[in-house]
Amino acid sequence: MLRLIGERLISTVILMAAVSVVAFILIQLPPGDFADSYANKKAQGGVVITLEEVDEMRNKLGLDRPLYIQYFDWIGGVLGGDFGFSWEFHRPVSDVIGERLGLTLALAFSTLIFTYLLALPIGIYSAVRQYSIGDHVMTLLGYIGLATPNFMLALILLYVGSELFGLSAGGLFSPEYAEAEWSLARFGDMLAHLWVPVVVLGTAGTAFQMRTMRATLLDEINKMYVIAARAGGISEFKLLMKYPVRMALNPIVSTLGWELTNIISGAPIVALVLSLPDTGPLFLQALLNQDMYLAGAMILIYCVLVVIGTLVSDLLLLWLDPRIRLEGAR
Amino acid sequence: MSRTTGAAGVVGAAAKGSPRTRSYEVATHWQLMWWKFRRHHMAIVGLSVLGIFLVISLVPEFLAPYRAHTRDLRYAQGPPMGIHFFDSTGTFHARPFVYGWKSERDPVTLRRITTVDESKLYPMQWFVKAEPYKLFKLFDTDIHLFGVEGSKVHLFGTDQIGRDVFSRTIYATRTSLSIGFIGVMIAFVLGLTFGGISGYVGGMMDLVVMRVVEFIRSIPTLPLWLALAAALPRDWSATQVYIAVTVILAMIGWTHLARRVRGKLLALREEDFVLAARLSGCSHVRIIGRHMLPSFMSYLIVDLTISFPYIILAETALSFLGLGMREPAVSWGVLLFSAQNVRSLVLMPWLLIPGLFVIVAVLAFNFVGDGARDAADPYAK
Repeated sequence: MLRLIGERLISTVILMAAVSVVAFILIQLPPGDFADSYANKKAQGGVVITLEEVDEMRNKLGLDRPLYIQYFDWIGGVLGGDFGFSWEFHRPVSDVIGERLGLTLALAFSTLIFTYLLALPIGIYSAVRQYSIGDHVMTLLGYIGLATPNFMLALILLYVGSELFGLSAGGLFSPEYAEAEWSLARFGDMLAHLWVPVVVLGTAGTAFQMRTMRATLLDEINKMYVIAARAGGISEFKLLMKYPVRMALNPIVSTLGWELTNIISGAPIVALVLSLPDTGPLFLQALLNQDMYLAGAMILIYCVLVVIGTLVSDLLLLWLDPRIRLEGAR
Repeated sequence: MSRTTGAAGVVGAAAKGSPRTRSYEVATHWQLMWWKFRRHHMAIVGLSVLGIFLVISLVPEFLAPYRAHTRDLRYAQGPPMGIHFFDSTGTFHARPFVYGWKSERDPVTLRRITTVDESKLYPMQWFVKAEPYKLFKLFDTDIHLFGVEGSKVHLFGTDQIGRDVFSRTIYATRTSLSIGFIGVMIAFVLGLTFGGISGYVGGMMDLVVMRVVEFIRSIPTLPLWLALAAALPRDWSATQVYIAVTVILAMIGWTHLARRVRGKLLALREEDFVLAARLSGCSHVRIIGRHMLPSFMSYLIVDLTISFPYIILAETALSFLGLGMREPAVSWGVLLFSAQNVRSLVLMPWLLIPGLFVIVAVLAFNFVGDGARDAADPYAK
């Protein structure tokens, strides 16, 4: 058991190292560097900037050194909590991200909770009442939920919200609370806005998990041990929760990390459409402006979140399923 | 997987009439699969929808009344036109018609206001002569499926600068589906190659390939796509961007397939018929291609069908952000790009119609995928 966890932790560390290399390569990919795009921008603004000045800037920022040195320089800083300097914002990257990361995390976890709170009961219901009207309706909704792109759903909700209810479109706060101090009313206002991105981000996942739950539960529900337990006289609800549902939870838990990947993947685009002040729009802008350290830090953070999520789901699975635990001990 | 054993197991499943019962025992593998697939009604519906999409992407020039970039400035930002059978006086017209319109600027807000002019009727006509084009890039012609004479018809309305949304959606169907198709094909080749190496050679190669697959699967894909797409030079032509976007999408989509191929190859490697082939002196390529591959081809097709919608959705998302395809190319994502902010959405909600095409296409692929998954193993109960 301990050995299994140990191995898992080591592979996680290796994975993170690989992720950091990839993040670094990705931000090096665009042709030209920040000095070039800075010069371009200045030139468009009518400011004359000479080649020497560009070179000097490159030298000052350390962009003329070999790549591997730049990488180790960067990763060394990251391990110490220093993500580098955002040239676009003229502030340390950790500051820029820090003030927005909280919302991203809150959003991801609310979505995760929303997904499972909704998907598990519906999945169980669909399996127990297979081919009922409710099952058919849910299956249809599930299909549509899986097929609708996130941003499309966000756009539709925005449109419906502003046309039918006259809601302020997108954002995290109503205009009157946007600049206000934190208060209970402001918090409530935030919750009233937060459900939109949560629903948008959670729909596809809910649809998927619902179908997984239904399928695995249907496989389990007709097995002999269920019939034996029923013959033993256990109440139907207790029977369901204690045996088949517990078995069917396995695939659900093992896809937890994957689910988090999807949510993190979808978040930037939804945040952009809904104009949320989280890391999504920041990330997209950093990519477009080649604000290298910022973009790299974002990719790294997204990846690390997912890697940690996968680790947690693996550990959960160990805890949940004694069979896997025992297999590892042997 | 033998082709004869277990055939009896499906007799009850697909047989309807008595002649069919006999044809089962002589039916080929693919016939059995088709029979099983046919029992999924939604899969058949999905397949028909995909057939329609295929026709659309083959001859968009003929189906679209206008070209993707033709502007109808007088009807810019105009709403979808209704096709009517009854005019304002209640008279029935056997040939459906569209109303004329008047366009003027609001003196206060300077916004263009389009009002329906019910005094003018323009009957719809089949096979109208309009803008010339080359069918299949070969035949010069100027015949379009439908249109009106003396006016224009905009079934889905027009965008900011008066381009017909219906025509653009039709053209976009070709781009989006072909990106999906080519992307899936590249992913197929990559998955087959790496999965094949991994499963057949085994050892060190297997370890390396599988670690890479695990790695790609464990990082969030959209940020990765975005970063790669953002790295494309801005001055590339539409064709270059098209190819690059397709390759990027395929590069992340092959991992699932590689795993499947590896798993199947590992299982089959120990089978007697493979040993027999090896003893007869077949080359590795022949053993894989001729003996092993056909026995799990159906699973690969299922995986391809399932990965299709992911690629379509990814392309739409990339283009919607302005990082994938860009004007003057038209894809579903590019069309949705113009519906990005709420203000234009409130003014012109019909700009979301291309999104319906995305949803319908993805739904159709999912239905077909579900049917195909069951049919992939026709011997199972």
